[in-house]
Amino acid sequence: MNKKALAIKCLKAFFIGLILLLLYAPILLLAVYSFVDTDTIGMWGEFSFTHYIKLLGDSVILKMISNTLLLAFLAALLSTVLGTMGALGIYYSKRRTKAALSGASQIPIINAEIVTALALAITFVVIGLGKSYFTLLIGHMIICTPFVVLSVMPKLKQMDNSLYEAALDLGASPFKALFGVVLPQIIPGVISGFMLAITLSLDDYIVTSYTKPSTFNTISTYVYNATMKGNAHTAEVLSSFWALTTILFIVILGVTLAANLTGGKKKERTK
Amino acid sequence: MKLRFSRKMLCIPYAVFLLFFVIVPMLVILVYAFTDAEMHFSFGNFVRFFSDPTKLSTIVYSLVIALVTTIITLLIAYPVAYILARSNTKKKSVILLLFITPMWINFVLRVNAIRELMSWIGLLGEANYFNTIFGMVYDFLPFMILPLYTTIQKIDQSYYEASADLGGNSFTTFFRVTLPLSMPGVMSGITMVFLPSMTNYVVSDMLGNSKVTIVGKFIETYFGTDWHMGSMIAVILLVVVFVSTLLTGGFKSEENARGANL
Repeated sequence: MNKKALAIKCLKAFFIGLILLLLYAPILLLAVYSFVDTDTIGMWGEFSFTHYIKLLGDSVILKMISNTLLLAFLAALLSTVLGTMGALGIYYSKRRTKAALSGASQIPIINAEIVTALALAITFVVIGLGKSYFTLLIGHMIICTPFVVLSVMPKLKQMDNSLYEAALDLGASPFKALFGVVLPQIIPGVISGFMLAITLSLDDYIVTSYTKPSTFNTISTYVYNATMKGNAHTAEVLSSFWALTTILFIVILGVTLAANLTGGKKKERTK
Repeated sequence: MKLRFSRKMLCIPYAVFLLFFVIVPMLVILVYAFTDAEMHFSFGNFVRFFSDPTKLSTIVYSLVIALVTTIITLLIAYPVAYILARSNTKKKSVILLLFITPMWINFVLRVNAIRELMSWIGLLGEANYFNTIFGMVYDFLPFMILPLYTTIQKIDQSYYEASADLGGNSFTTFFRVTLPLSMPGVMSGITMVFLPSMTNYVVSDMLGNSKVTIVGKFIETYFGTDWHMGSMIAVILLVVVFVSTLLTGGFKSEENARGANL
């Protein structure tokens, strides 16, 4: 019996390990070749930082990286403000308004992204807005804000409502009570909503490609265009993406593991 | 008259935003779908769509791709979520995180990584449908694992004990306790994977060597040539999504597959 239990345990660990290996194989392949002086994977060369030097020396690529980061930050910030206010308003609304607004808020979440993108792009043309940084920002806010509402809502439901009333009784203005009493109780949801909004914006391709001005590129649209519309420099550009993928991978792995370890400690402390 | 501040009013900016940028665009494509080039009311797009064999065969291919992708994703994600959710190891949240982490690398860069892998193996341009499905399973796997993990973990330990006390072996316990109780997670995972597999044309373009056309690519193509037909396909998708949401009981925030509650 003991042997059987051990075998099952090993089998489980093997399965988890195998899927993880498959999940990381493409990224690790690029990570290895990002340090090899070659433009074709499979052709071995000498160890070198060529791809990193090329990446950091390419002003077009650097520009699209900063575009992506700035857009994600702006979209996440605006979505967090709009979504947190929205969640508060929905939470305090009467039944009908509540149902209508939370229903409308779910549309961008359940809808296929291409439908959202097409509808938005056509509408922008019809009302004469065309494509600009503004329309791009709106597009990203549509993807992000409903998820902010979703992250804030559970915290509102867990909140102690009597504290707000108590603050009013003690003479606080409604604004002061909201900022001083309600906001601190829902702040974890607001922060996770913001983080989620950042990742959604960084990740997006479809809505971006439908709402962006033609000269503007994010990492997503730049990489897609480079692979799909190849030219003489394609091999060179593509190999600099190996370095970009590796850098992003290391940063993300570092941040998530660090956050998880410190987060775990905090939870233990509160216990 | 001075307007008194009420907390309800905080939703006004979001309500206006939703009205202008979510509701109005849906109405705009509805208008485009049921009009012809002169903006006269017409069922022409609808009829043209359902009477064109090439369009219908594309839809069938796209449905099959999405179906196969969803089944494979479920078959991989369920054991992963089950093993992790029911394991006693303290490291399980870190392991779960390892499954989610690739999701935070830019989506197109991730697809590009698979493209490089396939090109290295020699499959790029050779096995377009295999590559597309592989890429979709790879990209959408976390969306399936997360809701499953959440629902399986929420199952009360006493159900398992009760099943064991009543003489159920591990197979009966799984099929009569775990599986039925995890169905909400399964449904939510399926909706999170099936729809993108039909519409996210980035994967099929980059891995299918532009030879694999899915419904999403269809809309993309018509955006350049015929907004009315593009809108018609979008509206049909919209109706399908709406009906399936009603049938599965809507989207629940607890099963948020994007990991909002991690």
